[in-house]
Amino acid sequence: MATVDVALTRDITVGRSLRGKRVDVPGVVFQAALLFCLFVCLAFIVLLFGIILDDGLGTFQNRGFVISDFPSELEKALSETWTFLTHPEGLIGWFATLVAFVGLPIAIFFSARGRHWKILIAMVVGFAIVFGIAALVGTSDFLTSDLSRFPERAGVSQAIFGTVFLALMTAVVAFPLGIATAVFLEEYAPATRLIAFVRLNIRNLAGVPSVVYGLLGLAIFVQLLGTDIGDFPVVGGTLVDIFGEGGITGGRTIIAGGFTLAILVLPIVIITSSEALRAVPQSLREGGYGVGATKWEVTKSLVMPNAFAGILTGTILSLSRAIGETAPLILVGAFFGTFFTTGSAGLSEKFTTTYTALPQVVYQWATDAKTEFRLSLTAAAILVLLVITILANVAAVLLRNRYEKRW
Amino acid sequence: MAAGGLIDLTGDRRRLRRERRVRIVFWLAGLSSLAISIAIVLSLLGNSIEFLNNTPLDKLWTFDKWAPRIGKFDIATLFVGSLLVTGVAMLIAAPLGLGAAIYLAEYAKPRVRRVAKPILEVMAGIPSIVIGFFAVAWIGPNIVQNLFANADAFSLAAAGIGVGLLVTPIVASVSEDAMRAVPAALREASYGLGARRITTVTKIVMPAAVSGIVAAMILAASRAIGETMIVALAGGAFGEASYTTKITDVGLTITSAMASLATGTDQVAGGGGSGAGQAFNSLFFLGLLLFGVTMLLNLVGDFFVRRIREKY
Repeated sequence: MATVDVALTRDITVGRSLRGKRVDVPGVVFQAALLFCLFVCLAFIVLLFGIILDDGLGTFQNRGFVISDFPSELEKALSETWTFLTHPEGLIGWFATLVAFVGLPIAIFFSARGRHWKILIAMVVGFAIVFGIAALVGTSDFLTSDLSRFPERAGVSQAIFGTVFLALMTAVVAFPLGIATAVFLEEYAPATRLIAFVRLNIRNLAGVPSVVYGLLGLAIFVQLLGTDIGDFPVVGGTLVDIFGEGGITGGRTIIAGGFTLAILVLPIVIITSSEALRAVPQSLREGGYGVGATKWEVTKSLVMPNAFAGILTGTILSLSRAIGETAPLILVGAFFGTFFTTGSAGLSEKFTTTYTALPQVVYQWATDAKTEFRLSLTAAAILVLLVITILANVAAVLLRNRYEKRW
Repeated sequence: MAAGGLIDLTGDRRRLRRERRVRIVFWLAGLSSLAISIAIVLSLLGNSIEFLNNTPLDKLWTFDKWAPRIGKFDIATLFVGSLLVTGVAMLIAAPLGLGAAIYLAEYAKPRVRRVAKPILEVMAGIPSIVIGFFAVAWIGPNIVQNLFANADAFSLAAAGIGVGLLVTPIVASVSEDAMRAVPAALREASYGLGARRITTVTKIVMPAAVSGIVAAMILAASRAIGETMIVALAGGAFGEASYTTKITDVGLTITSAMASLATGTDQVAGGGGSGAGQAFNSLFFLGLLLFGVTMLLNLVGDFFVRRIREKY
């Protein structure tokens, strides 16, 4: 008769010490040390946000966005309901900030647990963000003014335009090319040495420092494609100088910057899309071939739709990387100093003259001689940058948690 | 048409032609990444060769000073600067990242994991310029100046700690993946022999995942060497720097020297024409150096990552 020692079995399966009830001192110390490491990582994030919120919100308050100085402002607001009535947008801003920094982590948490009302939370958060941004734009001239030599007048409107345009251009150039490359590598490529080398090359490109991409952009998009490339034969045999003096990119323009960032994030798009495509089970493809579909038909209507969420997550992450990059922009000539365009300038002028972007402005202000620029204005610009990049990151994490499939 | 209502599916010329077109497009896209690599090397080589032709080689390694404006191009200054920053960064990132990874992979309950991991991922998404600002505004005055009595608010140490925070998520996520790839059977066998958890983790799981952990460190070091904006902001040196081996001094690294070349001298910021001057050419030479070093590290790291993948 075999008997089973229930307690022993349990101890073994949960990995408990079998040496009786003695406390496992090194084990406890080790675990505490590990937990400490995790805690320090999280604490640094909190600290970083604390400092940036502290300095940055002060700027928004000075420029008409009423939410800084949490406790005292709240007290004042509560004692004087009148403040709330005269500044309804201030209330919305408050609400938005609260939801953005308290609600978003909660939303991530619940979406991870797979509850259905997470959609509700996501919607509330989304609305809060939209309203918050509207309230910000409506009340603070920091977001709507141009760069200036005077701290009390300086704003980031040109930088926001630059960042949005660079992001759009990155998406338009890098996403189709990157996803096509990923499809090629996962669906079409034969198992040859050349393809193995291509894969290795892409993994290496993903690790090349961003300054080096800046140099690539400087050499190719600013110098090579930015100078007059001469006449082109058009239909009918006549030679026409299509691009004019500025060449294709026009030299140090936002177009050259956009191409550079697109090349920079291309390897990331390829790698994340490849992973998403690889996660689609082989049986699905075989089912497609079984009913007589060609390779492209299988890829287009079976593989791609199932890999869509993963590809989307990867592309959003790569976009947020592009938005935060500074070093390559410095090299391809995003503008330093102040300039006066955008407001009255036509669209074509925007694409052919000086430009700047949010991270560029942060760098420029952080190295400024004036303290106002160096601290409060830099923090405010960082706040704008962080809101954009973190929203992108959170969206990517939410999407992944929501659509992650278990085959 | 064949008997029994069967249609010859392969015979549709239009579908086959489309298939061929699509295939060509995908081949072109797939090979475009090779073109990018070639473009990088070509665009770096031209000016680098010009730089080397016009600078005596013994002037590149003098342990003196990097000051392009007066024609002093001492690569040793930048090299040691990069080593110091990367060293400090790895001192921060290796224990923090590995500790967090072990906790998440071996100890954390699923619920803790599901909350902590996305936060680490968000940390990985913070732009480096933001961490650079944090290094100047908080790490410099509050950590470095407290640890070293005579330290400046700007220093290589402040930059190094900032870079360390930036690469911590990389160490954490790559080594956590490696440890989770270790089969559960190994752990169960260890527990079956009566081993405690700490023994299982340190004697079984970590040795099994060692190539992944090594890869995490190498990839993080490669990223740390290539990190530009944190050092450009917190390193404290603009345009030129003297040779130093002390982390409390201000200094330049390969990358921050490139950033200040691009913003400081008018050769880059002003002229869009072909390269003028040695300072402009030195920018490309530094780029080539950086490309070579990081490529070497990436390939070695990649080798280790693939080894653990093949093992399990």
